[in-house]
Amino acid sequence: MSLFNIFNVSGSAMSAQSQRLNTVASNLANADSAASSTGQVYRAKQVVFSTVPMNDPEAAGVKVQQVVEDQSAPKMVYDPKHPLADENGYVAMPNVNAVEEMVNMLSATRAYQSNVDTMNAAKTLLLKTLTIGQ
Amino acid sequence: MTGKLDDYLRFHETSLALRAQRQQLLASNIANADTPNYKARDIDFSSAMQNALAGNAQVSAALVNTAASHLSGDPAVGAGSPQTLYRTVQQGSVDGNSVDMDVERNQFADNAIRYEAGLTMISAQIKNMLAAIQGGQ
Repeated sequence: MSLFNIFNVSGSAMSAQSQRLNTVASNLANADSAASSTGQVYRAKQVVFSTVPMNDPEAAGVKVQQVVEDQSAPKMVYDPKHPLADENGYVAMPNVNAVEEMVNMLSATRAYQSNVDTMNAAKTLLLKTLTIGQ
Repeated sequence: MTGKLDDYLRFHETSLALRAQRQQLLASNIANADTPNYKARDIDFSSAMQNALAGNAQVSAALVNTAASHLSGDPAVGAGSPQTLYRTVQQGSVDGNSVDMDVERNQFADNAIRYEAGLTMISAQIKNMLAAIQGGQ
């Protein structure tokens, strides 16, 4: 029954989008962390989506294939009083781009909502299918 | 008798099955709106319907063997499923994704309404048949 499979497809997309939202949240939360727990400066994390077949070759779900770290150089901020400043007075700050993260957040939220709508539509159709012959 | 009942309900039954499959394809497109290199897919409903009613599978699942060691696939697998086509790209995107959310949402709503219409039709057919069986009592 292909309508039931819509729950799997939309559900996989919802969990992938919420993982994306999760990375956005941790990027924004760490936008000013000069040192992370590993002793290195925090690097922005991004999810990479890929298509995964769901029981049926025609049903394409989504999974998070990997979480990559942004390899661009950290922002160097001049702050000689900072305990982590180097000999020139510069502190390495995370390479988090707040604008990029906000756009990512909005996009993830909208995509999540679309999938919720999809799932609700499939539920309505299934419930109506159950009333055949009544 | 049951054969006649099957024939009587076949048209809407086939259309509901195809609509459900198409709904699943459109849900996949919406789910993969942000997946890089995903290409939006759909079926041509009218030709799929004609083929399903004619009783022939559009897709031949037979594999081409180019070497003796290749496995021969089971041609019966996938028979009866309509041929999926890729959407024509109106506005390309940098990540190679061809999902246009407006088109997909529109088609999804349209397909859902047509599915519901099919349900109404088949319910009415069943009511008619019951009325005939009970003789209007």
